[in-house]
Amino acid sequence: MKEIGELQLPDDVRYAEDHEWVRSEGEKTRVGISDYAQDQLGDIVYVELPQVGVTFDKGEEFGTVESVKAVAEFYMPIGGEILGVNTALEKSPELVNKSPYGDGWLIEVKPADSAELDALMTRDVYLETLKGIE
Amino acid sequence: MRYLPHTDEEIASMLQAVGKNNLGELFSTVPEDCRYTGTLNLPEPLTEWELNDLMGALSGTMAASPEYTVFVGAGSYEHYIPESVSYLLSRSEFVTSYTPYQAEMSQGTLQAIYEYQTLAARLLGMEVANASLYDGASALAEALLMAIRITRKNAVGISSLVHPHYRRVVQTYFEPTGHQVLELPRLENGGTDLSPIHGIDNLAAVAVQSPNFLGCIEDLRVIGERAHDKGALFVTCFTEPLAYGLIKNPGGQGADIACGEGQSLGIPQSFGGPGLGMFASKMEYVRSMPGRLVGQTKDLEGKRGFVLTLATREQHIRRDKATSNICTNNSLCALAAAMYMASVGGTGIRELASLNHDKSEYLKQELQKAGFKIAFTTPTFNEFVVEFPRGFDVTYQRLLEKKTVAGLSLAPFYPDLANHYLLCVTETRSKEDMDALVREVTS
Repeated sequence: MKEIGELQLPDDVRYAEDHEWVRSEGEKTRVGISDYAQDQLGDIVYVELPQVGVTFDKGEEFGTVESVKAVAEFYMPIGGEILGVNTALEKSPELVNKSPYGDGWLIEVKPADSAELDALMTRDVYLETLKGIE
Repeated sequence: MRYLPHTDEEIASMLQAVGKNNLGELFSTVPEDCRYTGTLNLPEPLTEWELNDLMGALSGTMAASPEYTVFVGAGSYEHYIPESVSYLLSRSEFVTSYTPYQAEMSQGTLQAIYEYQTLAARLLGMEVANASLYDGASALAEALLMAIRITRKNAVGISSLVHPHYRRVVQTYFEPTGHQVLELPRLENGGTDLSPIHGIDNLAAVAVQSPNFLGCIEDLRVIGERAHDKGALFVTCFTEPLAYGLIKNPGGQGADIACGEGQSLGIPQSFGGPGLGMFASKMEYVRSMPGRLVGQTKDLEGKRGFVLTLATREQHIRRDKATSNICTNNSLCALAAAMYMASVGGTGIRELASLNHDKSEYLKQELQKAGFKIAFTTPTFNEFVVEFPRGFDVTYQRLLEKKTVAGLSLAPFYPDLANHYLLCVTETRSKEDMDALVREVTS
């Protein structure tokens, strides 16, 4: 398991309490899980993602992740419609471990309310909450 | 794995170890209002000889083989069980088998379950079979729920020629869910009419039984194509798996999920249970499958070993998010089926299936020659429907007094099939049995 100092915590994304990240890319936003979350889960063996076109509220469960030691749910860091899912994860779920902020992204969302985006944590605030967990 | 009950002394020493004076203290964390304090409404205990008398009197009220010559199947089939199966199954390692969580000490049980899964998958022509569910009826209900999980649609079409008890179990499962159940009517020829599915948009599954409750072999390939055209999964069900020794198996005809009752494979009828819920699917749906799965793996030294796998689908890990509330299997019955399939072998299953079919055809033809109407034209396996003349119930009673059960009256299940009887002939019925039946019903 990584020490807090070893975690990759880029500052071009915002973080949610359930350890998802959100990156604005124009019209749509990408969602994944943080380096901390993938590290806690361990080797990921299966990722279940929602259907494109479905709309979820902030905080709703949108998928599940299974690692060799646990199963966990993904929760929407912001509300919105699912515009796309990372289909590469069907065959290569380990991408979430290898590249949590890159090839291991989970879903693309059309945000319902941009205020929800602004309410998410910055890198520094998220780092503080992680220190609180440890 | 052995199961040994605890002695009073062991219980006392365990209580001492955790610092409790009695069992009541041990359970003191259970809230008061959740504890039952009354006396249980149970009859007084019986001595062994009293109990034997009671059970003897109960069984005396039943018409069962070998005392009776029974021409009834309808979901429970009389087949010969090789002595080797009874012997192997009675070994204490199997009889006291417990849910084998611990691969370190359960390799024998796990391997036996793995072999059952392999044989079940081969018989059904499917890619993966689970370690078994309780019985055919609950297996079908679980299959339909699985289809709903996979397709994320919420209506199922189920043939009215699926065993009536299975359909009731499905209704019980579905009643609180709000999912829609559409019954598909019977065609003139004894097959299922699929036309009602065209009006349904959110169809998750089409389920048929083959051979169906009337004994007729459904055209699975065509039904499967029509289910898939609607974007639904194709669920096939069975009560008589021995049929697949002769007719094409579900997997070869496009089934996404195949499920049913495995009692025919070496399990005694025992007045209706325990049974064996066989359950198999395509590999792509394995993570949505209910129940236990045993997988083959390698240990640290590279030796072959067996272990419960994909357990994250299950209730003890996923809690309310589990694929089903089935957290165990019918291990002993599954092992009986594995031993039966291995003992009889592929050739044996084919020969037995032919024998069932040929004998059944003989009785069908003799009844036809004697002037009775065979109700449906569709080919059958070891069961078929005969229309007897009005007033046949008197003959039926007379035969019953002579210790012959001349089929199952279908009127209670299908009101439009008054005077229709479902007859079953397995390898256990002799030509003399059948000739005697024809003589009796014509006299």
